[in-house]
Amino acid sequence: MLTLTSPVETWAHRLPAGAKLAALAVTTTSLFAMAGPLPMALALALTAGLYLSGGRAFGVTGAGLLWPLWPFVVIVGLWHLWTGNAIAGLVIVLRMITAVALANFVTMTTRLSDMVAVFQWLARPLQPIGLSPRRLALAVALVIRFIPVMLDRLDQIGQSWRARSPRRPRWRVLVPATLAALDDAERTAEALRARGGAG
Amino acid sequence: MERNLTHIALFAALIAVLGLIPKIDLAGGVPITAQSLGVMLCGTVLGARRGALAVVLFLVLVAAGLPLLSGGRGGIGVFATPSVGFLIGFPVAAFVTGWVVERTTLSPGVAAWAAATIGGIGVLYVFGIIGIAYMTGVSVRDASLGAALSFLPGDVVKTVIAGLVTQSLSRMRPASLLSRA
Repeated sequence: MLTLTSPVETWAHRLPAGAKLAALAVTTTSLFAMAGPLPMALALALTAGLYLSGGRAFGVTGAGLLWPLWPFVVIVGLWHLWTGNAIAGLVIVLRMITAVALANFVTMTTRLSDMVAVFQWLARPLQPIGLSPRRLALAVALVIRFIPVMLDRLDQIGQSWRARSPRRPRWRVLVPATLAALDDAERTAEALRARGGAG
Repeated sequence: MERNLTHIALFAALIAVLGLIPKIDLAGGVPITAQSLGVMLCGTVLGARRGALAVVLFLVLVAAGLPLLSGGRGGIGVFATPSVGFLIGFPVAAFVTGWVVERTTLSPGVAAWAAATIGGIGVLYVFGIIGIAYMTGVSVRDASLGAALSFLPGDVVKTVIAGLVTQSLSRMRPASLLSRA
């Protein structure tokens, strides 16, 4: 299971995850408090500079992560043009790209385990109601472990379908897939209990 | 306790898988992303509390940097896009869906379909449209129109499928429906 963390090591990879997230929160809040296209463009330029400080390959990957935003850029741009508010539209588009790019920078420079550690720290107040850090880490590990298993299984079910029908697999494949998920949950719970529980 | 944990984790994985598979033909050749169907199933099968927790766990993993949203998207950045409303609405939608299934005495299939419509469309769209309007400045009216035109047909199909899948599960393995335990 590949994460979005960049394999290219940058100076930001060495910073603690909590600090990066805190900085991101502060920066994004001030971004949303800003107004006017020029400050926004400056913010975007600074963000681009941040990416390039990690090297060209890093910057290119980062730009690639922004690609899914293009429908929003088009729709927002057109709508604001149509309602005669082009400047406001430009500000919103620039803000959106900058905010997403800043957040992606943190994602690209932080390892999954470090992020989970921050979430464990943030979830400390929930400990009295049963969410211990260990349980959260266990839950995360279970999800990651089972995604490839379930993908395989869905693929196998699809193959069974194609062996029995000329048509492409339809929604019915979800029934054995969901049933398998339920069965796996039961068996894994037993295995956990046999090993001392989820404490 | 362990049973809760594993059910929540496995269904979070199911949501991820439904976002990772290529758009399957869900109804007569119409390809749609199946991820919100996973959210609905969390509610109809696991019930309100566990279903919502499964979706929250899924979002935690997305935020931690795994590309589990349909299209291979992930990281905290997704919460800065205009779809943030839908993301925040996902666990609420699962909770409401599960809540309706737990409370009604209709047959599991019909209850699941109704719950998926109320939660997976009604509640989810409220969150999603407010999110779009806030993040893009588009008026709520136009955002509603846009969302309705683009997503509603596919989502209506998904509610029907959620009902049919839940009904099949209730017939094949009645005890497996934790929402009706």
